[in-house]
Amino acid sequence: MSSAIIQIRDLRKVYRTGKVSVEALRGVTLDVPAGEFVAIVGPSGSGKSTLFHIVGGLTPPTGGDVIVGGRNISAVGDAGRTELRRKYVSFVFQKFNLLPNLTARDNIRIALFIAGRSSAFDSEFENTLELLGIRTRLDHKPSEMSGGEQQRVAIARALATKPSILLADEPTGNLDSANSLAVLNLLRDLNKRLGQTILMITHNAEAAAYGDRVIQMRDGRIVS
Amino acid sequence: MIFKIVWENVRFRPLRTFLSVLLIAVPVMLILTLVGISTGFIEDSKKRSMGIGADILVKPPGSSLMSFSNTSMPEALIGAFGKEPHVVQATGTVVAPIGGFDSVTGIDPAAFEKMSGGFTFDEGTSFQGRYDILVDSFDAQQRHVRAGGTVHDVLNRDWHVAGIVEPGKLAHLFVQMPVLQELLGYEKHVSQIYLKLDDTRNTHEVIDALKKKYEGYGIWAVADLKTLLSFDNIPLLRNFIRVIIGIGVVIGFAVVSLSMYMAVLQRTREIGILKSLGATKGFVMSLILAEAFCLGLGGALVGIALSFVSRAIMQAVAPASLPDAIVYSWWPIAGGIAMGAALLGALYPGMLAVRQDPIEALAYE
Repeated sequence: MSSAIIQIRDLRKVYRTGKVSVEALRGVTLDVPAGEFVAIVGPSGSGKSTLFHIVGGLTPPTGGDVIVGGRNISAVGDAGRTELRRKYVSFVFQKFNLLPNLTARDNIRIALFIAGRSSAFDSEFENTLELLGIRTRLDHKPSEMSGGEQQRVAIARALATKPSILLADEPTGNLDSANSLAVLNLLRDLNKRLGQTILMITHNAEAAAYGDRVIQMRDGRIVS
Repeated sequence: MIFKIVWENVRFRPLRTFLSVLLIAVPVMLILTLVGISTGFIEDSKKRSMGIGADILVKPPGSSLMSFSNTSMPEALIGAFGKEPHVVQATGTVVAPIGGFDSVTGIDPAAFEKMSGGFTFDEGTSFQGRYDILVDSFDAQQRHVRAGGTVHDVLNRDWHVAGIVEPGKLAHLFVQMPVLQELLGYEKHVSQIYLKLDDTRNTHEVIDALKKKYEGYGIWAVADLKTLLSFDNIPLLRNFIRVIIGIGVVIGFAVVSLSMYMAVLQRTREIGILKSLGATKGFVMSLILAEAFCLGLGGALVGIALSFVSRAIMQAVAPASLPDAIVYSWWPIAGGIAMGAALLGALYPGMLAVRQDPIEALAYE
């Protein structure tokens, strides 16, 4: 268990809006070993997005421990979570979330710049771009690309900083079936070839089947 | 990379950028134009005052250097001043304001020409009739008149243009002094007296003597006008420019604040994306401030360019009333004010951007 890159213990999250409190996570415990491709499924409101946001350092937990890459992110503040996002985790979102003013190349370079790395692409990353099939599309802006291409640029951006963990939130939610298949195959391929740890949220059972393990969530708890 | 993002942001919304830059440019232009007019007016007054060729200027008691003198000095004083030691010539003038900063000056043609070396005529001749007027070429251009034409409605009457003269000698419009005295009801009184000395080195000695003898009168060395007629020595003008600068800062602040507030709102999702990539608060703030800096710089440059346009318009329309100078030393001041206001205006929107919750920002549509 100690070799797990993600260790979650009795994780709780309560959202408070005025006098109303909503318990989004009610004691989640989970270990994800390095190099595993985990799919998290569950209905809306099951807490999978909240789990994703906490593991990615986008929001702090209310209780429990989350240890990512050996650092307990429950105990760090905003600056610590920012550092986690900068150095250890990367996101792939359903809506791609590319900066619309920048070309694909600059969208990737901005991630490298923020991470404090050289903005030049090394040969290993050039191979990743080849694998993603976007080498010839790097000088185009998002508005000039298809949804599938945009998502592949988003994956390239996420991988550019060589994160310990890739967090994918419904990565095929905005894609047609052909592009969905291509993206899922890519994630699977990246996991197998590069040993990339991936945590993927999905509604889709077919997509979840690409994971090494499928975790089912309901009402803020892991049910299987 | 920050510059690249800022540049692409600025390019991505050209209308917003154009309007922001233009609105920042307006106070810059306003400041430079008003400083230009003030300086031009002072320089023009200086040049014209020195163009008469006198060494000493005498004004009635209670007058200031820049104010229009009242016509309260008895004409007999000209003769009295003329008899003072070292004074070789004295002549009086009558100055009548005719609206705005404009005035008409009554002169004794023979004495004035002797002191100043005489007019150089571009057109026409000296006074021939009672209601003749001499117009300098700046004013002639402004009034669209030529020799033989008419200048309308100066002191409620029309004047025949006897000649067009080169500018730089005391005034823009000249009439004969007795005629002006009569029209104003100040017969045998003058507004200013100019004295020429045997040697300019005696100027301050003569002034000291005159001040003792003619207590309360305004007596200045014409050579000292160069330093006395300056922006810093005219409190009214200095305060006026300060007010304009204040207005410029407020406009620049408001424009950039509104513009950047809109930009932050429009880019909520983009800020969320940057935060998801691990962008620090400092990074997000630096993007907002860098964009404000670019808008401020653009506004400053466009404002400087527009000040040339306003100057060209004024030179074409009113070269005599609104003499405008390019005051290079004010470029960095006006530019600095615009950029300072822009950065100040971007601080609050920047704080909003920095404080944005990344999850809410990413969900923003």
